[in-house]
Amino acid sequence: MAIETTGSVSGVELTNAAPTDPSAFLIEPPRARTKRTGRKSRTNFEMLAWLFMRLSGVVLVFLVLGHLIIQLVLDGGVTKISFAFVAGRWASPFWQGWDLLMLWLAMLHGANGMRTVINDYAERDTTRFWLKVLLVTATVFTVLLGTLVIFTFDPNIS
Amino acid sequence: MPAGTLYRGREGMWSWVAHRVTGVLIFFFLFAHVLDTALVRVSPEAYNSTIATYKTWPVNLMEYGLTAAILFHALNGLRVIAVDFWAKGPKYQRQMLWTVVTVWVVLMAGAFYPILQETLRNWFG
Ligand code: HEM
Repeated sequence: MAIETTGSVSGVELTNAAPTDPSAFLIEPPRARTKRTGRKSRTNFEMLAWLFMRLSGVVLVFLVLGHLIIQLVLDGGVTKISFAFVAGRWASPFWQGWDLLMLWLAMLHGANGMRTVINDYAERDTTRFWLKVLLVTATVFTVLLGTLVIFTFDPNIS
Repeated sequence: MPAGTLYRGREGMWSWVAHRVTGVLIFFFLFAHVLDTALVRVSPEAYNSTIATYKTWPVNLMEYGLTAAILFHALNGLRVIAVDFWAKGPKYQRQMLWTVVTVWVVLMAGAFYPILQETLRNWFG
């Protein structure tokens, strides 16, 4: 392709005569195979992740908004929250299950969203790799800690 | 238009920016929130004294801000889902954004007193 310093590439105006790399304006079609693409991808991981964001999103609307209404709006808002209040709610398997599902869905949805953000902004392979290691570590730690707390909660502690 | 960018700065771009910023914010908060709740496994006193800071006005205001972020992300997330799955979604994406903003303003107005009541009572008696 000829390198132009003015004119347009794919309909995008190039505004001045400063050396401009026209490939900066080219966006590859989403399905294009590049040198780095494997011969064939064996799984639909990205499609499943995309679907998961939407399905978990719908469920989270109910879980998270319900949680906010109970904790922050009803009965005096935050003022009522205390150890006794938590003990009262986790005495019921229903609320334990609610909180457990909310924890897992929100953490997985949020972690997958953070993966997208990392992929978008961290350009060096090593930076991406270490940010994802950090993300996975923090996510596994938080999910396990939260799950453990819900299941081992002891209203008579101390 | 600045060279080297495809952003056009219309509603679609700004709602995407807001969705991303709120998503990241909520994720970091959730991390902190699981840690503070884990204090119920330490002792009732440890938990209650941490929750007490949640009732002070600076944190109370942050709770209202966090509610704003979550509500926007949730409502706009439903819009994104509608754009992806509803045949007419792309056509009405702009109207849906203004619906999201309107519902968000109404819900935030409704949440104003319930969430901030402690602070409002302290300040105005
Ligand atoms: C309350 C209900 C929620 C709904 C309906 C919802 C919906 C969505 C949807 C549909 C996406 C995908 C956007 C896209 O592919 O362009 C998304 C992205 C995201 N969500 Fe949520 N979400 C919710 C709650 C949460 C929570 C609780 C967190 C944090 C723990 C979170 C963090 C994120 C992040 C970090 C992204 C990625 C943003 C990006 O790629 O720009 N969301 N959300």
